[in-house]
Amino acid sequence: MAKIHVTTTVNGEPVEFLCEPQQSMLDVLRGPLGLTGSKEGCGSGDCGACSITLDGRLVCSCLMLAVEAEGHEIGTIEGMASGDGLHPLQQKFLEMAALQCGICTPGVLVAAKALLDKNPDPTETEVRFGLAGNLCRCTGYDKIVRAVLETAAEMRGAKAEMPEAVR
Amino acid sequence: MNDMTNKWIGQRTIRPDGAEKVTGRAAYAADTTMPGMIWGKVLRSPHAHAVIRSIDTAKAEALPGVKAVVTHRDLVEFPLDKSVMLGIQDMRWMCRNVMAREKALFHGHPIAAVAATSETIAAEALRLIEVEYEVLPHVIEIDDALKPDAPILHDFLSFEGKPSNIAGKLEHRLGDIEAGFAEADVVIERSFTTRPVHQGYIEPHACLVSVAADGKTTIWSSSQGQFMVRAMTSLLTGIPQSDIRAIPAEIGGGFGGKTIIYLEPLATVLSKKSGRPVKMVMSREEVMRASGPTSGSKSTVKIGATKDGRLVAAQGTFWLQAGALPGSPIRGAAGCGFAPYTIPNVVSTGFDVVSNRSKVAAYRAPGAPIGAYAVECVIDEVAEALGMDPLELRLKNAARQGTKAAHGPVYPRIGFMETIEAALAHPHYKTPLGEAPPGKRRGRGVASGFWFNAGGESSAQVNITEDGNVVVTTGHPDIGGSRASIANITAELLGIDYKRISVLIGDTATIGYSNLTGGSRVLFASAMVVTQSTEKVIASLRERAAKIWKIDPEAVAWEDGEARPVSDNAGRFPPLSLAELAARATETGGPIGAGVQLNTTGAEGGFATHLCDVEVDVDLGIVRVLRYTSFQDVGRAVHPSYVEGQMQGGAAQGIGWALNEEYIYDRQGRVENAGFLDYRMPVCSDLPMLDTVMIEVPNPKHPQGVRGVGEVPLVPPLAAVANAVYDALGKRFYALPMSPPRVLEKLEG
Amino acid sequence: MTDIRYLAPGTLDEAVNAFAAAAGAARILAGGTDLLVQMRAGVVRPGVIVDIKKIAEMTTIEETPEGGFRIGAAVSGARLAEHPRFGKAWPGVLEAVNLIGSKQVQGRASPGGNLCNASPAGDSVPAMIAAGAVVTVQGPHGRRQMPVEAVPAGPGRTNLTPGEILVSFTLPPRPAGSGDAYLRMIPRTEMDIAVVGCGVSLTLEGGKVTAARVGLGAVAPTPLLVGPAAEALIGSRLEEEALAAAAAACSAACRPIDDKRGTIAYRTKVAGVLLRRTAAIAAERAGRA
Repeated sequence: MAKIHVTTTVNGEPVEFLCEPQQSMLDVLRGPLGLTGSKEGCGSGDCGACSITLDGRLVCSCLMLAVEAEGHEIGTIEGMASGDGLHPLQQKFLEMAALQCGICTPGVLVAAKALLDKNPDPTETEVRFGLAGNLCRCTGYDKIVRAVLETAAEMRGAKAEMPEAVR
Repeated sequence: MNDMTNKWIGQRTIRPDGAEKVTGRAAYAADTTMPGMIWGKVLRSPHAHAVIRSIDTAKAEALPGVKAVVTHRDLVEFPLDKSVMLGIQDMRWMCRNVMAREKALFHGHPIAAVAATSETIAAEALRLIEVEYEVLPHVIEIDDALKPDAPILHDFLSFEGKPSNIAGKLEHRLGDIEAGFAEADVVIERSFTTRPVHQGYIEPHACLVSVAADGKTTIWSSSQGQFMVRAMTSLLTGIPQSDIRAIPAEIGGGFGGKTIIYLEPLATVLSKKSGRPVKMVMSREEVMRASGPTSGSKSTVKIGATKDGRLVAAQGTFWLQAGALPGSPIRGAAGCGFAPYTIPNVVSTGFDVVSNRSKVAAYRAPGAPIGAYAVECVIDEVAEALGMDPLELRLKNAARQGTKAAHGPVYPRIGFMETIEAALAHPHYKTPLGEAPPGKRRGRGVASGFWFNAGGESSAQVNITEDGNVVVTTGHPDIGGSRASIANITAELLGIDYKRISVLIGDTATIGYSNLTGGSRVLFASAMVVTQSTEKVIASLRERAAKIWKIDPEAVAWEDGEARPVSDNAGRFPPLSLAELAARATETGGPIGAGVQLNTTGAEGGFATHLCDVEVDVDLGIVRVLRYTSFQDVGRAVHPSYVEGQMQGGAAQGIGWALNEEYIYDRQGRVENAGFLDYRMPVCSDLPMLDTVMIEVPNPKHPQGVRGVGEVPLVPPLAAVANAVYDALGKRFYALPMSPPRVLEKLEG
Repeated sequence: MTDIRYLAPGTLDEAVNAFAAAAGAARILAGGTDLLVQMRAGVVRPGVIVDIKKIAEMTTIEETPEGGFRIGAAVSGARLAEHPRFGKAWPGVLEAVNLIGSKQVQGRASPGGNLCNASPAGDSVPAMIAAGAVVTVQGPHGRRQMPVEAVPAGPGRTNLTPGEILVSFTLPPRPAGSGDAYLRMIPRTEMDIAVVGCGVSLTLEGGKVTAARVGLGAVAPTPLLVGPAAEALIGSRLEEEALAAAAAACSAACRPIDDKRGTIAYRTKVAGVLLRRTAAIAAERAGRA
């Protein structure tokens, strides 16, 4: 089967790969690219464990063909922490025990970051609907929702404290 | 320890495995690869019940890229007439569940497996396997399976001398049931049904197996017990346990469903035949079709009470679906239902019923939610008939120290009454429901629950590193934060910061035998062996300091992470820290470390009481939970966040079970909703915050007072939600789930 | 094993040619949220996948000179939501498009895909029907237009002829005093397929309904335009009598099935309940407009 050459950007770095036409982005991330942080819980877009961003927009990588990545920017859980530390959401999830088994956690974090990027001051209801595409069977969502709300508040506070010039 | 002021026990520390999990680096079973690895896939029965006339794998084997094909002939057969038990699992059933033998017994039953160089080729090879079936009449529901003319699944099963789909019976008796009911002023008898529900772990079953040329076998897999994986794989493949190393990957949820195996023996035989490492990962559809949910059930419960609110007699009959092979959790249903109460006369009976569904697996307090659903709904009706507050009725009859339970034990100090008292005093119970918006009605329900909890085998090794830090290895897969709790306990005992302690889960070659992560045993059991190991390490550290100071070890105390003379009389020496002692380990007797292996006992039962407020849309039949509070005797909350997490997770699963989750079969006996789209588990926007009240009545038989906390949270919710719906509508549901079409039908009828 | 080819043409003509040339073996890829699931389940095994997202006309939202909107078939729900004016004119259509799946799915799923997937339960379709949307299709024999309700032929089937591709939806200009709404019944709060879906579009003058359209989903082999329900509302002031008549018309229009998502009785009853609720929201929006 003829493979297709794809040039794309993953977590800010240029990446090239070969894929079969019907291969999903998730398969390529987890296989040739070795980025196994995105998980497959269902393969049908119902659980959100494979959540990534495509040009900054939240998508399920199981519902995207890998060839569609050509010329676009992919963001995965592996790119969420910066060199000098965890993203505030990651840190807060640890502090507030917003994960148990952790299999849904990468997808939840990617979705939560996408939510806060668009809406830095969400209500509880907005967080709940924003994360409705991410199934978690361990936590009952309570600590996840609290951690996202708390992170949002802290990030707003940090922003407010920053001098105008830096903001 | 119980009376001590703790520095680390009870702290919300950061879990040792946390950073890897929030960055996507933690390795779950499907994340592991090996050079030369190939892919295994399973051919599954399209029929609910069929004789397998023949299996022809020639065309599949001839397909380029196919490296091995296996059928039941490649696995060890366990004859039907001789039981071989591993824990509660009978290998006669396990070998037939992993791969069909005489018959295909359910839609999704494995028939053959292939391994090929790509997933695409493996899938193609499955289509080339020719199976000749003789389709038989099938039976799905309990009532149908019990009919006189029902298709009989197994000719080796009989009940009361006749061929039957009843595979087993269990009965608990206490007192004199007739006399008890004769004494009652109020007697209520009701019948209930529940549907099978799946554990719903987000990580599908997966494994990677490498059988080397010398037969040495390495298994990476997601399970609730690497020792279970080793033992079952050994039994089903004939490879000795000493040749199998089972490595526990991080586990993406189990809830009981990963206490048995599906793929590992197949991957092992495929690897052996092909000479290549073989990876197998179930699709979600396969998980739903072929891994075990818990039982569907029908129950009848009859309870008698005196006018003044004493429960004097209780009778329960619980029929549970086993799936295609025997082994439903009748012990949980019949044993746990009445266990929260002091009732002098009890008969509680369970029946194990086979039908053409996938074989059930454990699900969080197996059977107990089914028993509690029926019992707690009837208790609610008894309270109403007596004109009593439902919590007051429960409090009046609550089991306490000295209560003799129908399933056997006399309780030691337990905290059940405390959970009810806390619920009565809580603002949730005192706050009015508030007026519902037009077209909606609100209600509040309560229910309680019990789970046995377990101890059993556990092993630990505590080693001091050369630089004076600590590595703790235990043998139970960490499914919800147990490593964090063990770090807290070890830090407490050693008097050092928890961040200096690394907690690992060993594989079968690196740590001693440890029983399953199940039965709410993990922290109870591993805390015991870790405590004893750490105490040995501390004794060794004191001896080493004594050696250095040339004084008696009895004259050395271990305090705040350092050795100190017990008093000035013992001599005046500057303290020796853990790091200093570690640095001098070689001269004081060699490496510092200790391991303990025990069969732990003394795991006492867990009790909980839940409050639930619902709002029902009476025109659409939709039930939403508005407020939920769980009260639980948690013994000692070693890491409160993860105890709360267990309580919240159980409540959420119970709400799903009560409202929307169920298996739906078509007329051919095929699962129609084998996916997360139509198997409707609660999503984030379905639930409110799930409040928790931890009540700490320390277990007197445990060094830290630990009681199991993981399972009892799923016992009360079914009835709590059902009782709340009754309160809202004035109509009782005797069947779960209370899904919108059923609610509307009831409201209209 | 058959080879699959992936094509991402830059023009509609190329897409039509490639699609027609494949003679039924091709599938159109817009957001892919149905296609990839079907491919994975083995329900469809396309020989050619034609990705239409590189075609400008398929991915743009335009305001027409008459004051309506033209939405490319492959525009995602998330992009539609970001349009500064669309949601103000057609809040019901927008909420319907953005009830399709999760936030993740909304980042990809398009109204064109939702329509051509031809599920009786597609959320955007009843709202588009209520809106009076007209679709443009292009095939080997040129372009044509048809009302949106004429596209679905039955579960999984459309009335597009071989080689035809859905290009865009055109929504008419909104007179003052207009409002639309879409509601669906699902067991959970998100992530389910509609058990019943109802779209209502109203125009009010001095409290009186001067124009109305009603679309229903998941109650028949195709989404329905329910003329009698609209007629019951036109001329009324949405009094109880009119609402009851419209609700009854919705229930009467149902030809549902019993399935894993709902029963005939349930769907029939709920169609009427949703009509009342949806009409109330549409009227409230019309009053504000």
